Amino acid sequence: MAAVTPDQLHGHHAPGGVMRWLTTTNHKDIGTMYMIFSFIMFLSGGVLALTIRAELFKPGLQVVQPEFFNQLTTMHGLIMVFGAIMPAFVGFANWMIPLMIGASDMAFARMNNWSFWLLPPAAILLIGSFFAPGGATAAGWTLYAPLSVQMGMGMDMAIFAIHIMGVSSIMGAINIVVTVLNMRAPGMTMMKMPLFCWTWLITAYLLIAVMPVLAGAVTMILADRHFGTSFFNAAGGGDPVMYQHIFWFFGHPEVYIMILPAFGIVSQIIPTFSRKPLFGYASMVYATASIAILSFAVWAHHMFATGMPAAGQLFFMYATMLIAVPTGVKVFNWVATMWRGSLSFEPPMLWATGFIFVFTMGGFTGLICAIAPIDIQVQDTYYVVAHFHYVLVAGSLFALFAGAYYWLPKWTGHMPSEFLGKLHFWCSIVFFNITFFPMHFLGLAGMPRRIPDYALQFADFNAIASVGAFGFGLSQLIFIVVVVKCIRGGERAAARSWESAEGLEWTVPSPAPYHTFEEAPVVR
Amino acid sequence: MGRAGRIAALCLASSVSLAHAEPHARYNLQQPVTGIAEQINDMHTLMLVICLFIFVGVFGVMFWAVFNHRKSKGAVAAHFHENTAVEIAWTIIPVLILLGMAWPATKTVIAMKDTSNPDITVKATGYQWKWGYDYLQGEGEGIRFLSALSTPREQIEGSAPKGDAYLLEVDHPLVVPVGKKIRMLLTANDVIHSWWVPAFGVKQDAIPGFIRDAWFRADKEGVYRGNCAELCGRDHGFMPIVVQVLSAEKYAAWVAEQKAKAAATVSAAPPAEADSAPPAAPDKG
Repeated sequence: MAAVTPDQLHGHHAPGGVMRWLTTTNHKDIGTMYMIFSFIMFLSGGVLALTIRAELFKPGLQVVQPEFFNQLTTMHGLIMVFGAIMPAFVGFANWMIPLMIGASDMAFARMNNWSFWLLPPAAILLIGSFFAPGGATAAGWTLYAPLSVQMGMGMDMAIFAIHIMGVSSIMGAINIVVTVLNMRAPGMTMMKMPLFCWTWLITAYLLIAVMPVLAGAVTMILADRHFGTSFFNAAGGGDPVMYQHIFWFFGHPEVYIMILPAFGIVSQIIPTFSRKPLFGYASMVYATASIAILSFAVWAHHMFATGMPAAGQLFFMYATMLIAVPTGVKVFNWVATMWRGSLSFEPPMLWATGFIFVFTMGGFTGLICAIAPIDIQVQDTYYVVAHFHYVLVAGSLFALFAGAYYWLPKWTGHMPSEFLGKLHFWCSIVFFNITFFPMHFLGLAGMPRRIPDYALQFADFNAIASVGAFGFGLSQLIFIVVVVKCIRGGERAAARSWESAEGLEWTVPSPAPYHTFEEAPVVR
Repeated sequence: MGRAGRIAALCLASSVSLAHAEPHARYNLQQPVTGIAEQINDMHTLMLVICLFIFVGVFGVMFWAVFNHRKSKGAVAAHFHENTAVEIAWTIIPVLILLGMAWPATKTVIAMKDTSNPDITVKATGYQWKWGYDYLQGEGEGIRFLSALSTPREQIEGSAPKGDAYLLEVDHPLVVPVGKKIRMLLTANDVIHSWWVPAFGVKQDAIPGFIRDAWFRADKEGVYRGNCAELCGRDHGFMPIVVQVLSAEKYAAWVAEQKAKAAATVSAAPPAEADSAPPAAPDKG
């Protein structure tokens, strides 16, 4: 990574060579490194996804063998979740939270450097596990025991990588909590804070709460694999389903870790381009907190097929359905913000509007999956694959792109190309739907997920999905062009780069100077 | 996005109307052959319709704003940013809608869990990568066999044309009588598998070291196909489930035939079971 980052940022600001990036404690440098890292991971995970789609283009085995196919699906999930989406949001937090609350930097600047530089070794371990004897882990990103206990040493590398990334996330989260709580400019009360800071504050608490749980789960697998324990082995008095309970106690809040900051970004963008204040600010804050709290009480909806007692199924079904209420409030608030606004659709707004539209479709399928009897039919099918790609790609990823287009002027000092931004958006949303919409049909009709080959009646929708996936993958290359052009030059961005953009980040020049708010601004 | 919306609406509508038009489900859940699967289908249709209404409502408003409240059309922004009555309404109304959804779902969950008083009990054991069936109680008690994929390797590798039931065919299907309550006991020998027959509305994980149960009562004779639904290693995609539902007479004949076969091989285990099935007395005949 060290060889890559300085090259790509050449000429950004003050010179310094490799050592500058290795030793930097500047939140902007670190934010930039997080984002470049996550984009590289995004492309790596994307290559795995396209290999999967190539294999699934038609029935029969053509491209890869089943064992390697399972490695691909597993690593695609792990890389996208832990390498792409989560670090990307941390990058946004690093860049934007100090600028939004009027702080000079993150609270623990040196720890911030350490949180980032843990990630490249973890990524090397994870991707390097493909070359280990036996290949990468093929147990699915959920790493269910006892299958994960059967795996080769690629599994141990993945476990160690997860440990390192977990440490990185926890340190990043502590940094964000402390920064938001202690370093706000005078006059910026909690309820005046930009919503992005609020969603990240709540997300950071979720991270601190659940990353240790994941670390515990994978450590128990490690012990079962090598130290003769039987946490998940019934023959030794353990329980394989216990792993799933522990994993999903992490896993469900993790889902919200990946979407709450996206809600924050969208809540910054919609008011700007509606030229109207955010509707229901307080209810947005309460809704975010409700989602976070509920997220700890719904984990077993991932496990309806394990055979819980009726009371357990009903509890987790009701709790899960309840999440639709605060999520609905958010969508209604965004729509109410747009209502009777003065809308314009520059790339950030296009992405944000696209986010609301497509993410909500993922919300509907989530509600359908919440109904336990229906979930029995669609659990572990392509319906679920469609559902979580609607919320993670069209949700988290689209919001990340929205945020990137929104703040690129602040980061680079140049406006991103409006034409390319719109092209990127339209290609992405069209190909996204071509890829993932047919998967609903596949899942309903009975195609299981994580299979390298399928029955003939699934052939046509799989072919459509594969074509869409390649279109979607190639569309993402447009973003590289946009960013490189934006760094190199283009229309100069004003301090307030978008008409009627509100917030402290728009009071500093574009690009933001290396050090900002050395003296705290006073809010109101 | 307007186009995407229309496509989505069309697809939702067609998924409802085409449900019963084709032998293979294309847009919707497979044709149900048990009461539970029927209830699940109805619930899914109800959910789709409710979601469609909400979809049209929310995005009707949003796209109205997108097309009409544009700066380029001279729209001037209003300045409201809260409305307690509206905010309470759009919190309470969804709760009421959810209650309406939860009611039928609760009844079905309770019905699905009622495995009492079966006519026949069959234990299914998941192996990497096949299923073993043991008839434990009821007509056919004592019959046991393994059930593995029967699709030839050449079809998978593409050197032979693929058959109609490609990857959904086995050497020895599970055989059950029509109209009888069948209780399935599920367990596994190595890792977690999942026994899934979509037409029955049954999906139950098979967990090594534990026994879970599920039940179905097939209303129609026929052959019903499903897959292992929990990632279980290399050949996860190659361990289908086939259930043959027979009339009472045909089932009795099948049972007699199996018993005769078992009697013919009294001391030796049937060849299909020779290597991996756990030892047990095969001579019930």
